[in-house]
Amino acid sequence: MSSIGTGYDLSASQFSPDGRVFQVEYAMKAVENSGTVIGLRGKDGVVLAAEKLVMSKLHEPGTNKRIFNVDRHVGMAFSGLIADARQIVDIARREAANYRSQYGVSIPLNYLNDRVSMYMHAYTLYSAVRPYGCSVILASCGEEGPTMYTIDPSGVSYGYHGCAIGKAKQSAKTEIEKLKLSGMTCRELVKEAAKIIYLVHDELKDKNFELELSWMCEESGGRHEKVPEHVFLEAEKAAKQAMEADSDSDTEDM
Amino acid sequence: MPPVTSDYGMNAESDWMNAAHSTGTSIMAAEFNGGVIIGADSRTTTGAYIANRVTDKLTKVTDHIYCCRSGSAADTQAIADIVAYHLSFHGMELGEEPLVETGAAVFRELCYNYRDSLMAGILVAGWDKRKGGQVYSIPIGGMCVRQQVSIGGSGSSYVYGYVDANYKPNMSKEECVKFITNTLALAMSRDGSSGGVVRLGIITEEGIERRVVLGDQLPKFFEG
Repeated sequence: MSSIGTGYDLSASQFSPDGRVFQVEYAMKAVENSGTVIGLRGKDGVVLAAEKLVMSKLHEPGTNKRIFNVDRHVGMAFSGLIADARQIVDIARREAANYRSQYGVSIPLNYLNDRVSMYMHAYTLYSAVRPYGCSVILASCGEEGPTMYTIDPSGVSYGYHGCAIGKAKQSAKTEIEKLKLSGMTCRELVKEAAKIIYLVHDELKDKNFELELSWMCEESGGRHEKVPEHVFLEAEKAAKQAMEADSDSDTEDM
Repeated sequence: MPPVTSDYGMNAESDWMNAAHSTGTSIMAAEFNGGVIIGADSRTTTGAYIANRVTDKLTKVTDHIYCCRSGSAADTQAIADIVAYHLSFHGMELGEEPLVETGAAVFRELCYNYRDSLMAGILVAGWDKRKGGQVYSIPIGGMCVRQQVSIGGSGSSYVYGYVDANYKPNMSKEECVKFITNTLALAMSRDGSSGGVVRLGIITEEGIERRVVLGDQLPKFFEG
């Protein structure tokens, strides 16, 4: 690390001679140190799942959530610095509320995504500020059907059927690619999402984590909300069983 | 100030020289099977003087959203221009045509915020792929409400009963054209500040089709 910056990494407003902006790349590193978050888009809605790493046993469970409501039909999950993410959530909420009061209808997700990514991109342009140390997944199930976008600290965004950000994004993506997403319902996706989070969790490096699951689909009335208690427990149970079955087969192989 | 007495605009120094142009009007809009039809008379008055007998009170906002204007001609023209600007910008940002509901919300915002200085009663009508043909009524004060059929302007008070008796949901296009032409003809014959020709606009998925019913082709009703 010490040799690569060589003076071009002090400001977000300066390119390196080979055309990179180091401050933005460092911001992406901040995301890679944080718990994995995935989003799965099926035929009837979107499911968001987060692995919230718990640093201390003294922390109260259920605090510092990583999935937020932005509007009735829009959810946002993030990976990276929580304080930075809260600011982005606040911006997204304001954009959604303003749109509703100005135009009388709920904000289309592609429009919200444009606005939020423009905002994040603006923070990569000036020497007086630093880029946001988080990636966000925006998802909605409104009039245009299920939609999902991911925005990087650089302000770049793409639409996805399935996406993953954070620590284990590579292995999570590999798992997601095995699913036939466009034919699956949210009920099925919740279980798959829980399985993937449990699977990619690294027990050796990070002992404790909390699973967070939210969805937006017909069953939730098009709203983004935490999955109901019984659905959550069912998914968690299925995930734990899958893990046990997995480790059993591992021992058999040996 | 001299005592206020009306001379019906006959005196050279009377109100028509200074009074604002206003669309003492009959306007209406109705949903039908496949879209929405808007209609208006064509009289613009300055006091008792007919400043224009072939006015077009059906104003384009976007390709699929039009408005029927009543009240002050200056106010409603200005509002329609501002909304058209906002919606064309918004359409570019969205990458598709704005919803009729959105158009109505922008009209309402202006009409409500400036309610103390405006004289505007507007019907917003149009077609979009989400809800099909829609009519929104924005009377003086800046309320906004969706209606299947709505009438406005000074002439409308004479024909509420006719509309209630004759409007049916899901009419065919020609049935609805007939209904609107009849309603406006009745309003124009009773209301002194409405008259001229009937202008129509039929808005469907394909866009707008404009029609005119000239004064001598208007349907005739009992005139006592």
